Amino acid sequence: MPSDSRTAVAGQPVVETLTQVAEGGGDAPRARRRKHKLSPLAKREERRFWLFLLPWVIGFIGFGAGPLIGSIVLSLTNYSLLSAPKFTGLANYRRMFEDPLFYKSMANTAYFGIASVVLSVVFTLLIAILLNQNVQGLWFFRMIFYLPSVVAGIATALLWKNILDPDFGLINLVLGWFGIQGPGWLQSPQWSIAGLVLMSVWGAGNTIVIYLAGLQSIPATFYEAARLDGAGTWQRFRHVTIPMMSPVIFFNVITGLIGSLQAYVLILIMTGGPSSGSAGGPENSTLVIGLYIYRQAFQYYDFGYASALSWALFFVIMLITAIQFALAKRWVYYDGK
Amino acid sequence: MALATGVTATPGKQRVLRGGIYGMLVLGTVVFALPFLWMVSTALKASNEVFTFPPSFLPKSLHFGNFSDGWTVVPFTHFLINTVIVTGAAVVGNMVSCILPAYAFARLEARGKKVAFALMLATMMIPVEVTLVPTFIAFSKLGLVDTFWPLILPAWFGYAYFIFLLRQFFLTIPREYDEAARIDGAGYFRTLWSIVLPQSKPAIATVAVFAFVGNWNNLLGPIIYLRSQEKFTLAVGLQLFQGQFQTYYNQMMAVSLITLLPIIVIFLLAQRTFIEGANISGIGGR
Repeated sequence: MPSDSRTAVAGQPVVETLTQVAEGGGDAPRARRRKHKLSPLAKREERRFWLFLLPWVIGFIGFGAGPLIGSIVLSLTNYSLLSAPKFTGLANYRRMFEDPLFYKSMANTAYFGIASVVLSVVFTLLIAILLNQNVQGLWFFRMIFYLPSVVAGIATALLWKNILDPDFGLINLVLGWFGIQGPGWLQSPQWSIAGLVLMSVWGAGNTIVIYLAGLQSIPATFYEAARLDGAGTWQRFRHVTIPMMSPVIFFNVITGLIGSLQAYVLILIMTGGPSSGSAGGPENSTLVIGLYIYRQAFQYYDFGYASALSWALFFVIMLITAIQFALAKRWVYYDGK
Repeated sequence: MALATGVTATPGKQRVLRGGIYGMLVLGTVVFALPFLWMVSTALKASNEVFTFPPSFLPKSLHFGNFSDGWTVVPFTHFLINTVIVTGAAVVGNMVSCILPAYAFARLEARGKKVAFALMLATMMIPVEVTLVPTFIAFSKLGLVDTFWPLILPAWFGYAYFIFLLRQFFLTIPREYDEAARIDGAGYFRTLWSIVLPQSKPAIATVAVFAFVGNWNNLLGPIIYLRSQEKFTLAVGLQLFQGQFQTYYNQMMAVSLITLLPIIVIFLLAQRTFIEGANISGIGGR
């Protein structure tokens, strides 16, 4: 399975459907006929539906729901793979609330998540608008901005580890050209997360593609109308682009936040390898919750505690997503409303 | 279009605006491309030049040997074969197991369809970590840790993002087409194969490239499931340059560049379909 689930999202209709689903809508115009007894044809269609769905149903049970339940059970036990799980009730959760590293990792996660989402959502929107202009060599510009996200993975992490090196890295070299003494980045507790945020913005090409798709679906007539009304560039941006793009922005904020709250693989590589137990940066300054779960599970083999931590993360993500949906009513416009 | 949809009042103002757009594009391109150029530069440096202070942007002399040395000092040919096997099996699995449910969600009616669809959307919100540990334990009980199976099997059982994405594309194909085929006696599978799929080439290409990139770069799976070095994929193999005391950056960057090549080639080949394909709206039936 792809490591970065966000690679798979694209396009405006995704947003529309999500909102349809969120609003309890959906697309079953033909559902009415099901009130009557099913015809043989409809029965056949129904059997075919579930047959076609079979791979996903098995996957849902095997790799989704099953492990989900397993994880609840594990979180109530003490388990290290070597001996049978021992039921310990809520001990893991109690331990969690007394664990300073739990709070530290949650704070780090919040810092990284908010900074990287705010920066990438704003920054990539501006880039997407630039890439949507009618200029020469557009394909070249689009490729440059999109490529980093395609090559994302270990190469990105290792490359950025080098780029952020305080003495031998690119960023401080460039800063030096302007007479600025760069910080220690990954080697300094104050700057380590900032370095990771820079990397995440660099690799946000998927967000750009999604924005581009959204921009292209704004009818040109809207801009014509605004111009006839005497709206200038800024006003058209403010009153046409932003409202029309709000469902897409919303989508990018939601998926971006979910993604960055879960991010840790690249952080693991950059701040200590999987082989070393030191992952997490100086003074645990890059120990995000995902990394802490990885450390507990796959370095200390404390699966029970790792499961409890995962549930804390799950809970936080659900809570934040729910808040986002509630707030969305105030600023996200769906067409015609 | 968009921001500067713009013919502004005076031609002079317009020229300034266009100049500004180009200026920002070029500036952004430089900022985004610099890390790449740094990677190439590092790959060509001598070992003792990687860590000189102050660092130099251009290598003093070109060391193309880093490519061959890096590739052979760690058994990368072997890792490449592993990666091709895993990626190939996973991509085929992704395609088969996502196209079928996507078609069902887009075209067939059944009781429980809405619930199934909502559940599928919900799986996208579950953090990987939540299911990671029990899944690991299950594969461990099955004796499949340190084999390729944990990397390949899940790909054969549907992946919500791809199903969702494909469904969106399928919905844009006029229903009349496959209804006509159905009236002519084609079954659902036949309709999917000979009517829907040929019309969704951009969608299929997009998902195929996403799937290829995702599996080729997959890091989490191999890090967790692979233990013995001869089973490593390229992605984890690169880790071996990161020694306990020293990191061989020049060789690592050289080999990273080699491992990026297939992705870059595929991206360039698919560029047209890919970028346009991501713009789902307006594909329609052609």
